[in-house]
Amino acid sequence: MTPEPLSRAARERRAVLKASLLAGGGLALDALIPLPASALAEARGETGAPAELSAFVAVAADGTVTIVSKNPEIGQGIKTSLPMIVAEELDCDWSQVRIAQADLDPARYGEQYAGGSTATTRDWLPMRQTGAAARAMLLQAAAQRWRVSATELTTARGHIFHRASRRALGYGEVASAAAALPPPDLAHLTLKDPSQFTLIGQRVVGIDSARIVRGAPIFGVDTRLPGMLYAVYEVAPACGGRLVKAHVEAARRAPGVKHVIPIVGNGDYDSGLADGVAILATHWWLANEARAQLAIEWDLSAARGHSSSVYRAQADAAIARGPQEDLRVDGDPAGQLAAAAKRVAARYDYPFIAHAPLEPQNCTARFSDGRLEIWAPSQTPQRGVAALEKALGIAPAKVTLHLTRSGGGFGRRLMNDYMIQAAAIARAVPGVAVQLIWSREDDMRRDYYRPAGWHSFEAGISERGELVAFTDHFVTFGDGKTTARAAGYNIAMPPAGLVPHLRYSQSMMPTVVNTGALRAPGSNALAFASQSFLDEVAYAAGTDLPRLMLALLGEPREIAAPANGVPFDTGRAGAVIARVLEICDWEQQPAGPQRAKGFAFYFSHRGYFAEVVEASVAGSEVTVHKVWVAGDIGSHIVNPMGAENQVRGAVIDGLAQALAGQAIEFVDGAAQQSNFHDFPLARMPLAPEIEIAWVRSARPPTGLGEPALPPVIPALTNAIFAATGTRVRSLPIRLHTA
Amino acid sequence: MGYRLDINGTVHEVDVPGEMPLLWVLRDELGLVGTKYGCGKGYCGACTVHLDGAAVRSCLLKVAGVGAAKIHTIEHIGTSATGERLQRAWLAIDVMQCGYCQAGQIMSACALLGRSASPSDAEINAAMSGNICRCGCYNRIRGAIRIAAGLKEEADHDA
Repeated sequence: MTPEPLSRAARERRAVLKASLLAGGGLALDALIPLPASALAEARGETGAPAELSAFVAVAADGTVTIVSKNPEIGQGIKTSLPMIVAEELDCDWSQVRIAQADLDPARYGEQYAGGSTATTRDWLPMRQTGAAARAMLLQAAAQRWRVSATELTTARGHIFHRASRRALGYGEVASAAAALPPPDLAHLTLKDPSQFTLIGQRVVGIDSARIVRGAPIFGVDTRLPGMLYAVYEVAPACGGRLVKAHVEAARRAPGVKHVIPIVGNGDYDSGLADGVAILATHWWLANEARAQLAIEWDLSAARGHSSSVYRAQADAAIARGPQEDLRVDGDPAGQLAAAAKRVAARYDYPFIAHAPLEPQNCTARFSDGRLEIWAPSQTPQRGVAALEKALGIAPAKVTLHLTRSGGGFGRRLMNDYMIQAAAIARAVPGVAVQLIWSREDDMRRDYYRPAGWHSFEAGISERGELVAFTDHFVTFGDGKTTARAAGYNIAMPPAGLVPHLRYSQSMMPTVVNTGALRAPGSNALAFASQSFLDEVAYAAGTDLPRLMLALLGEPREIAAPANGVPFDTGRAGAVIARVLEICDWEQQPAGPQRAKGFAFYFSHRGYFAEVVEASVAGSEVTVHKVWVAGDIGSHIVNPMGAENQVRGAVIDGLAQALAGQAIEFVDGAAQQSNFHDFPLARMPLAPEIEIAWVRSARPPTGLGEPALPPVIPALTNAIFAATGTRVRSLPIRLHTA
Repeated sequence: MGYRLDINGTVHEVDVPGEMPLLWVLRDELGLVGTKYGCGKGYCGACTVHLDGAAVRSCLLKVAGVGAAKIHTIEHIGTSATGERLQRAWLAIDVMQCGYCQAGQIMSACALLGRSASPSDAEINAAMSGNICRCGCYNRIRGAIRIAAGLKEEADHDA
């Protein structure tokens, strides 16, 4: 595979490979490699990612290979899959590999981040180059020792062979000698032919799995430090609430309580430090129990009127009034709608939902001699350190941050509010280690929620049954200029670019509710609304959704995305649609009353996914029998063991959002749901059989944390329509018994 | 006040309020952090331990109510034949994503196999429905229980 062209900025920035002698003997290789242009396009965005990747690999004298995993591990499997890419090109045996979790060290590792399904896209080529560079140096050292040309040597499973003289040695034997050699020029480095891969594509067990099944202490919440106290942080019961007065004497006298500390935040409720009262005790349960002894006066006036019922009424009014702004207009949608042989119109909506990772938000902090040490399960540790400086004035140079494994992320740990709180509490008790843990109720009520949204669609169909015009008026949250976090539209969303006459427009309403990215942000909701409505269009046009989509996609071609976004390849889309129809035997409708298949397609985070759900309905009960998934995330599935888990997890996540009754309702800015009884997650009986087929297109592999989720929800709602004739236009699904 | 607790075959003396749930005695008093807090209300099962072989939610079990019962936790489960089989099955098909719930899942699965050596899928679903896996690893949890029970594994491979 030819390496992709580099962007100009990246070309100007030469790769830097630094070899050094490992303590105790061996080769340590630090690599700083410019990213390919395609990876840059993906990596751009929220964080202003650097144009290079940094990697670290070490080969010890005993042959042990240590690969540093720089990104946070949140269950997406990156701590296993990225080192696999290095090990593949290094050509060592996976059993020789040790993986070390990096602390936060931007100077050394550049971006350390888990979000947006970006890591595989960014790091595929540089990780291969790093492994290949280390291998080349080991080969060169062996060639010098044997006084032969490196081209006569081959490698396999961590050994170097000279077949002509029947000599062999292990990597460790020449690792120290390799450390003294100049690193190779990346431009002349030969990468493996992918047909020679021995590790990529193999089912590899997660690097931490053996420790997990033994209950080893590897999560943030498992951090234990001498003399550590446990903390809770009581904040206002409604979004944006301010502390007026805290009566803390009774809480101070509660069993086990050591400190009660009112903290006035920095006024930035959204991404800074919220006002609150910290309770520190010898055991977390005692700290949490003492909350009942607090008497706090809050100013909740900012949140008055911010209720779900009010938002719904405002959205209705906005739709009646018409859009505030156009986001995209192609052709003459109004004229073509008016002239259409048939018109279809429908409104769709979905609620706020919470992330609810199973490990509650937590962070351990110790502030001593002006320095802050942090142990955090965070998806964005770099942003956390920046937020610490902004909220607390603690300079990044004074912060040491250890990355712990996260008990789930789903986008919640992109935000670091708990880290700022833990640091503020720790600073109030210098020298004492503090572990802040949120209760489940705290987590449910202080989320950065997937924003609710409303859509008013209209479509025009020609005499010949073609979709000729498509409009969507999206009602979302924002200040009138900018949409709230993760509440924006996607103007590239199909059928944009596929229909000649199209209008995407928007209205905003203000909110005090903190919103944020939840797995497949934007797409997780937009897919439901747009693919369900397109199913209505297909039905009205006398066809079905896969046929309509294939007709819209037309000939294989790339459609450029606005604002240098990721282009959309209609050929890849068509291929996954064709594949899923094949594996589910689409034309064969299932036997049984009120039982049918539904289809949907979506493209997000560079992944193409077509999914079919077979469901049946009895009264108000929906049963999902089977889900078929066809996905294209490029030429290779790095670790199918993890990849299949990501797909099944995404499917089950989507089914739970639709079927389990997930919705956060607000009354005067206060979330009404508090725990898993009123915000239910998927449980085992919900999990259907899930069949996965990969379409391996000739593109570098991309990420998989997110793109399998969006299509499953409309595939389900479309199945319910096919089974019952009832359209589901609002989430969560609530069917009424006829 | 002091309590004598038989945990993983060792008797521990702890001086904590009797109302404190066993979960927090394990985690914050004894440093047995494999047992996890997820909800504190018995909804999620992350805190599941064995009380005389039965799966219980340690977030709801007051330490004063434990008495002489024998407690076993994830740290010790590999010493039983069933527990060890389950751990191996979990690794054979790499059940987990984030892994946070898996201690509780294994404890519930172990209790299930203790009372039903060859459970049906319906039995597995029923016994495991108190344990939430936020990542949605349910197909593989079911599969691993079947493997540990010597039953045929659920199909779990890509095409």
